[in-house]
Amino acid sequence: MSDFDLKTATQEYATRLGDDSVVLGHRLSEWTSNAPFLEEDIALSNVALDYIGRARMYYSYAAELAGNGKTEDDLAYTRDMREFRNLLIHELPRGDFAYTMVRQLFVDVFNTYYLPELAKSSDSTLAGIAQKGIKETRYHLRRSHEWALRLGDGTEESHKRMQRAIESLWGYTHELFDADPLEVQLADAGVGVHNAALRPAWLEQVSEILTEASLTVPKDDWAVRGGRIGYHTENLGHMLNDMQFLHRAYPGCQW
Amino acid sequence: MVKSIPVIPFAWYERTQRRKQSAYTQIWEILDQVKDPEIPVLSIWDLGVLCDVQHIDGKYVVSITPTYSGCPAMETIRADIAAALEAAKIQPYEILTRLSPAWTTDWLSPQGREQLQAYGIAPPAGGGCAQAQGLTPDAGIECPHCGSSNTRRISEFGSTACKALFQCQDCHEPFDYFKHL
Repeated sequence: MSDFDLKTATQEYATRLGDDSVVLGHRLSEWTSNAPFLEEDIALSNVALDYIGRARMYYSYAAELAGNGKTEDDLAYTRDMREFRNLLIHELPRGDFAYTMVRQLFVDVFNTYYLPELAKSSDSTLAGIAQKGIKETRYHLRRSHEWALRLGDGTEESHKRMQRAIESLWGYTHELFDADPLEVQLADAGVGVHNAALRPAWLEQVSEILTEASLTVPKDDWAVRGGRIGYHTENLGHMLNDMQFLHRAYPGCQW
Repeated sequence: MVKSIPVIPFAWYERTQRRKQSAYTQIWEILDQVKDPEIPVLSIWDLGVLCDVQHIDGKYVVSITPTYSGCPAMETIRADIAAALEAAKIQPYEILTRLSPAWTTDWLSPQGREQLQAYGIAPPAGGGCAQAQGLTPDAGIECPHCGSSNTRRISEFGSTACKALFQCQDCHEPFDYFKHL
């Protein structure tokens, strides 16, 4: 415990949460002008914006704690893949529409339980960011829930795609409930959240929704981990190439 | 027909008290000129984005709060506040962003609600029991054009994060609904 410095740990935690938000926000933004129809295009772009807004708040806070003159933009645009600490589920390519909605459902239900806990944080900035996210998440979840029902219980094709997405994403959901020593210490200190405790409620709600949508809850027989220590799937590098290109090619550019 | 009696949301009452009790009436009035760039009929006061005006350590401190986490209008609002203060020679000043308590549509002023309506955007329905969670209803939001309640939701998300899209079944016009948050 002696090497545990609350401020440094909080800075690292805020960066991780910023990484989660910016990576998922970017993945969602890839649907802009590519969604199946206009309303859905706008909806996905709106959700993307909520995540990117959250990323900005987490990163700004991390930069403020670091106090080394770096900004939110430095954190988002000048770090390499191995420096990103996002959970892997957020970086997976957007896939088809079913895949995007299943991931959203898993993440939205997670945030439904995670954000109210973070809102109790003794760190007032993290609590404030979480508080804003709670209300937004209600809208996100209602939409991903409705899509799960419509597609799961829709045509043979939509059902097949939903089930395939669930099977391929399930092994990435376990990481949502992991915690390394830093996160455990932060949770013990009243700043962070004990994620593992959220899984029963998450599993119950996700199972309920999937069952209602005539979909099957997979077995827990595989899990991929590594995001929080910087071990990523090959997808993140490609994504960052795209996301960081402009900023790196034209440092400090303004328009 | 029973006439409904609107009750002022407590959050709105608190805001008006803060403004009334403030010693910086002139600054509040200057800031009334600053409008939301996406809904230019609404001032930042009417929208609830303007939280407080204080005088701390020799500086005028203007606190604002974002509506949604990703609200892209915040940058423009900051720049517009700075321009309004400078034009009025209010110096030195600082513009702070506050995240907590989180913005809520209860902070919209009654005048702001009327302005939204007149602009063609249906104001948020109050927090009645029909919307225990404050989510957007599927139907029944009053059409700002013809007043009919025979309307349906087309999309949960509209042209900006704070709006949903509806269509009136009577006059057939689509319209934005300012979501309850």
